[in-house]
Amino acid sequence: MTTYKLKTPISEEEIRKLVIGDTIYISGEIYTARDQAHKRALEYYRKGIKLPVNLENGAIYHCGPLVKKVGGKWEVVSAGPTTSTRMEPIEADFIEIFKVRVVIGKGGMGSKTTEAMKRFGAIYAAFTGGAGALAAKSIKRIKGVEWLDLGMPEAMWILEVEDFGPLTVAIDSHGRNLHENIIKKAQENKSKILDWLGIR
Amino acid sequence: MNLKVIEDTAVQLLKLAVTVLPEDVKNALEKAYKKEESEAAKTQLEAILKNIKLAEKTSTPICQDTGIIIFYVKVGADFKGFNKIEECLIRATRRATKEVPLRPNAVNPFTGENSGDNTGRFIPYIEWEITSGENLEITVLPKGGGSENMCALAMLTPGEGLNGLKRFVVDTVIKAGAKPCPPVILGIGVGGSSDIALKLAKKAILRPLDEPNPDPTLRELEKKLIEAVNMTGIGAMGVGGKITALGVHIEYAYRHVASYPVGLAFQCWAARRASARIYADGSVEYLTHKVR
Repeated sequence: MTTYKLKTPISEEEIRKLVIGDTIYISGEIYTARDQAHKRALEYYRKGIKLPVNLENGAIYHCGPLVKKVGGKWEVVSAGPTTSTRMEPIEADFIEIFKVRVVIGKGGMGSKTTEAMKRFGAIYAAFTGGAGALAAKSIKRIKGVEWLDLGMPEAMWILEVEDFGPLTVAIDSHGRNLHENIIKKAQENKSKILDWLGIR
Repeated sequence: MNLKVIEDTAVQLLKLAVTVLPEDVKNALEKAYKKEESEAAKTQLEAILKNIKLAEKTSTPICQDTGIIIFYVKVGADFKGFNKIEECLIRATRRATKEVPLRPNAVNPFTGENSGDNTGRFIPYIEWEITSGENLEITVLPKGGGSENMCALAMLTPGEGLNGLKRFVVDTVIKAGAKPCPPVILGIGVGGSSDIALKLAKKAILRPLDEPNPDPTLRELEKKLIEAVNMTGIGAMGVGGKITALGVHIEYAYRHVASYPVGLAFQCWAARRASARIYADGSVEYLTHKVR
């Protein structure tokens, strides 16, 4: 378990060094993207429309922040991660097409994403779910917002972050998946637990 | 009754709930941190504790998902202004959305249109209970989506009964994994009918963690189940550890002779709730938080 500080854009070489259980802190620009932003980005791609931001070697954040406007400027109030599995069906395409290196979220992701991360050199980094105030502290400013018509949570917020973390590498680019390992172990424990509860 | 008192109190409750966790929840999380041995889970709990302190100090929402708003209202039959309570709670929700602020989470299920102020058809949702007397007690439960999405219902057969219940709880917790933001509080509602079981389950998560179940048999069952859940090894945020649940709370109703409904409600570690009692003379007593 090693700790790394990374700055966006992040190279494939840097990503390949990381293994599950490592802790990382990210600085630079990151982009929020939830269900609707994922859907729209892929729609744009299919229609040949350029995205408003360049995601190549970048980091996306599964987050629907709580923001407010102060004197005409957006400010982050609370911005923890949202449940990542909702993006599972389309994240692999997203990684392949937009060449994203880091996906930040919570709760882990599935085998399709793990496979894509192995193939294209990306990682999944988990931020503590619910830690919205802590996350907001390392977001230095909102650089912009796209697709605000999707609503505050679903819009794509462009965030400038400094030492954003601690993030736990939960899927690495070598096919390892921390959350799946834990669930597998829990399933193995199940018969023992049921025995203990007196259920045959 | 001055209606402004009801509205202002509800705004205050919403603000307290989303920015300051009740003492029993804070204590349980601190205890979990001390007890946890897994390095990875300790890191998660440390971030959680830091986050709680920061949110309280800066008066900002603990989590950006400030939930769908549910009010539990206990109203005395002789309370003056009975017919205005709903209106006051809706107004309070709109105001709190701007003033706290809360994230606008209420969306039309068919068009996806976001009302922008956390209100809409049946939302905020109000659970009414009529009591005697002339007081009004309001509890707010801002329920986050991550844990809510893991809630489940099992329509067991009476033959499966208690063993079926235990198996259902263990299975559902493993299936949920990291998604409901553990360590969680589990509310289990048994009996009644499908809807009653889930309503009781949700109500059960409101019980403070330091308040034991008054029924000794259920207290034992709760103890057994929390141990079972912690044996899964899922741990804080699903990174592996010994504390997966902070509490397991059971509520029940008599069931139909042919049914055995079990509702299971997940509450994330950010177990936000706030209550206050409004007396007939307009004075307000906060029950979950210290208010100067």
